[in-house]
Amino acid sequence: MTAHAKVLIAGSGPAGLTAAVYTARAQLAPVVVEGEPSSTSDQPGGQLMLTTEIENFPGFPDGILGPELMTAMRSQAARFGADIVTARVTKVRLDTNPFAVWTGDPGATEPTYGAESLIIATGAQSLMLGVPGEDELLGYGVSTCATCDGFFFRGQHIAVVGGGDSAIEEALFLTRFASKVTVVHRRDRLRASRIMQDRAFANPGIDFLFTHQVTAVLGDGKVTGIRLRQSATGEVQELPVTGLFVSIGHRPSTDVFRGHVELDDQGYVVTRNGTATSVDGVFACGDVQDQTYRQAITAAGSGCMAAIDAERWLEARGS
Amino acid sequence: MNKAIVTLDDATFDEHVKTAEVPVLVDFWAEWCGPCKMIAPVLEEIASEQAGKLQIAKLNIDENLDVTRRFDVMSIPTLILFKDGEPRVRLIGAKPKGQLIQELSNYL
Repeated sequence: MTAHAKVLIAGSGPAGLTAAVYTARAQLAPVVVEGEPSSTSDQPGGQLMLTTEIENFPGFPDGILGPELMTAMRSQAARFGADIVTARVTKVRLDTNPFAVWTGDPGATEPTYGAESLIIATGAQSLMLGVPGEDELLGYGVSTCATCDGFFFRGQHIAVVGGGDSAIEEALFLTRFASKVTVVHRRDRLRASRIMQDRAFANPGIDFLFTHQVTAVLGDGKVTGIRLRQSATGEVQELPVTGLFVSIGHRPSTDVFRGHVELDDQGYVVTRNGTATSVDGVFACGDVQDQTYRQAITAAGSGCMAAIDAERWLEARGS
Repeated sequence: MNKAIVTLDDATFDEHVKTAEVPVLVDFWAEWCGPCKMIAPVLEEIASEQAGKLQIAKLNIDENLDVTRRFDVMSIPTLILFKDGEPRVRLIGAKPKGQLIQELSNYL
């Protein structure tokens, strides 16, 4: 049986849940397909579920924990009647309205939902290094979640790979447990914001290996080290660490929409005139369409825009 | 919490997984782990649906380092399925319900 939705929102980070709050308050009874559990950013609540203290979301002068903020946004959307479903969009057909949206088995004849309008807010998922040893040792020293796994590295020397805000936040968090945290970054400077850089450079528990790339994770059953290559000279060395936290950025979660809505060459949904996409009635917000800002507050802001755009679009066609 | 779910600790763990009449899926978790919270409702559903075939048990790693170290848990959530006291399946990281059921299907 195909269920009808006036608005279907795919994704439940700050963008999706803000769109849910707005469309629910507009009496559009949105269905939020929130995603499914995982230990990467690709999960209900999105990237903030893996962060600790958020200091730059306005309204929280003392900061707020990422998972707490997302739980609050979810309750706020539910309070106004958003129907939040723990599932993932597995297939879409956007060439006829209502749009056909499948969750669960993509081979099912009938779509799960027929949606008059669709808001894509599926965000971005963590990139992995793709080097030998990484997959085999995931959970045995290789981690994608510092807040989950930092505890297991008390008194040990570990490495964080990456140079952005999330990598530096992880490194700072991990100094609570580790005896030493080495940040490995392929460029010659960090991409992280100034305040995070200052904190990291001032922290005696963190040291830096710039212009180095991780080429392998070493260990038999447990991580014992990483192999590194100096980008310019090609010089190879091994760093004995017991843990490796991967935080090298994200790619947009748009695989399921490829071929149905216009994506740019990086895979981001192309938006114009606010949050409109190449398909009339399909809108996109948050990191899935934003290569530039990628903040919780900009995601939330664009979620609000998508909700208003969808509401006006539905009104104009008389639904 | 679901009555079907038991809480284990360092003192009760061995006896429980050895004498249980059905396979026991132990959820190694902690309060501060976001993905652990995400799978808690999934595990409650599985506990109800698989009652009589599988038991779900929770072990707080913060309070039970002995068992946690003995099974080399280095990432949470980790789910380990014990049958006759022996670990048979190990699942690392939060996963969707369908995938969990599939990976445990030999024991259901």
